[in-house]
Amino acid sequence: MFELLSFGDAGWGDEISRGLVTTLILAVICFVTGTFVGLMLTLLRRAGRFSRFVVGAYVTVLRGVPELLVIYLFFFGTGVFVRGVAASFGYTEYINLSGFFLAALALTCITAAYSAEVFRGAASSIPPGQAEAARAFGFKPSKAFRLIELPQLIVVALPGLGNIWLILLKDTALVSLTSVAELMRQSTVAAGATFRPFTFYAIAAAIYFIISMFSERAVTAVERRIAITGER
Amino acid sequence: MEWHLFKDFIPKLLAGVPITLGLLAGALALGVLLGAILCYLRVAKVPVLRHGAVCYVSLFRGTPMLVQLFAIYFGLGQFEAVRESIAWPLLRHAWFCAFLTLGLNSAAFTSEILRGGLLGLEKGQLEAAKAYGFSRWKKLRFVILPQLTRISIPAYSNEIILVLKGTSLASTISLLEITGLAKQLSSKHFTPFEAFISAGVVYLAIVFALTFLMQWVERRLDH
Repeated sequence: MFELLSFGDAGWGDEISRGLVTTLILAVICFVTGTFVGLMLTLLRRAGRFSRFVVGAYVTVLRGVPELLVIYLFFFGTGVFVRGVAASFGYTEYINLSGFFLAALALTCITAAYSAEVFRGAASSIPPGQAEAARAFGFKPSKAFRLIELPQLIVVALPGLGNIWLILLKDTALVSLTSVAELMRQSTVAAGATFRPFTFYAIAAAIYFIISMFSERAVTAVERRIAITGER
Repeated sequence: MEWHLFKDFIPKLLAGVPITLGLLAGALALGVLLGAILCYLRVAKVPVLRHGAVCYVSLFRGTPMLVQLFAIYFGLGQFEAVRESIAWPLLRHAWFCAFLTLGLNSAAFTSEILRGGLLGLEKGQLEAAKAYGFSRWKKLRFVILPQLTRISIPAYSNEIILVLKGTSLASTISLLEITGLAKQLSSKHFTPFEAFISAGVVYLAIVFALTFLMQWVERRLDH
């Protein structure tokens, strides 16, 4: 068992660790970009009836369709799309897009939809008097959002965002099906090479589980901290 | 984008709907059954059982379903004891493994929903049932279950959609449900956009139908 996980040529320890690093980088990038886009979508929702409809449709579609399908669409579809556009400009060389980039794009789109929903819920819990008071003080809308609404929004949205992080972490495993060498992919390769599938999937499961547990603790700790400063 | 392909692809993808819905129904049934048991163990007064149930729930909620599916479908054959057991003909079957994984997974989430519902019950109701001398069965049947169903329905509707989306993972172990068929169409005709968007349309139609169904159930229970 420990030989299987040793580093170097004999074991799979280095491959699995590299996969773990890729998983974490992917998850962190997509969480940051996804929640940022989600916040922008929430703001866009207020811009008018048409934009509200568009954002609503985007959120409904992305939340109703399996994550795997979205990842397949980006992974297999984007190349065709980009090459089609390039060909129409007369560029006919083969364009190869990085699998990591496409995976990050797909997961960002999914996370944006989920976090837009969380931010919308959080925004509705902030009393309208706050915005009215900001206007009465002569705050510009951008300043009112940045100084009055956003800090409260983040506090209220935090548990929801913690959930999104856990879902995203688990969703990164789907990317292994598109050959991005993250944790799950490396485990599959190791499982195939050693004929010990259960061992390696159990190891992968244990690693995901440990990250999930740590994340949950961290979210609770941050929540508690923010809640205290909120009462001051 | 070749629009006529949608008209061509969607009927072909509908052939995968029975497998998708079959997996969904089977997994939800297993999930409710096992979820109710887990929920009972979690509120039971036996520490070992309670901790066991808590471990089960956090294990299934804390790991990707794809890992669980691969561990069951590809992994269990590693053990000779499993290969020689009577369950092996079932465990080497892709449909059964997908059903089992989805069901075990859903059980963890369902038990959390039910536990949340139990916590939402008013204590006075249980005390009143006791005061009236209701037996345990009568208390469960006439006091707990009706209210628990009503409280849990909104969260459970969400769970149904999550399991539906989870069925797409079955395509990774060779089942030709909607996503599996879409992947096949995509690589056969080199039309990923049309194939996967058509599949998305089919999934959304199922999601809308299920949402309407659950809203109808919710309204029925309110009366």
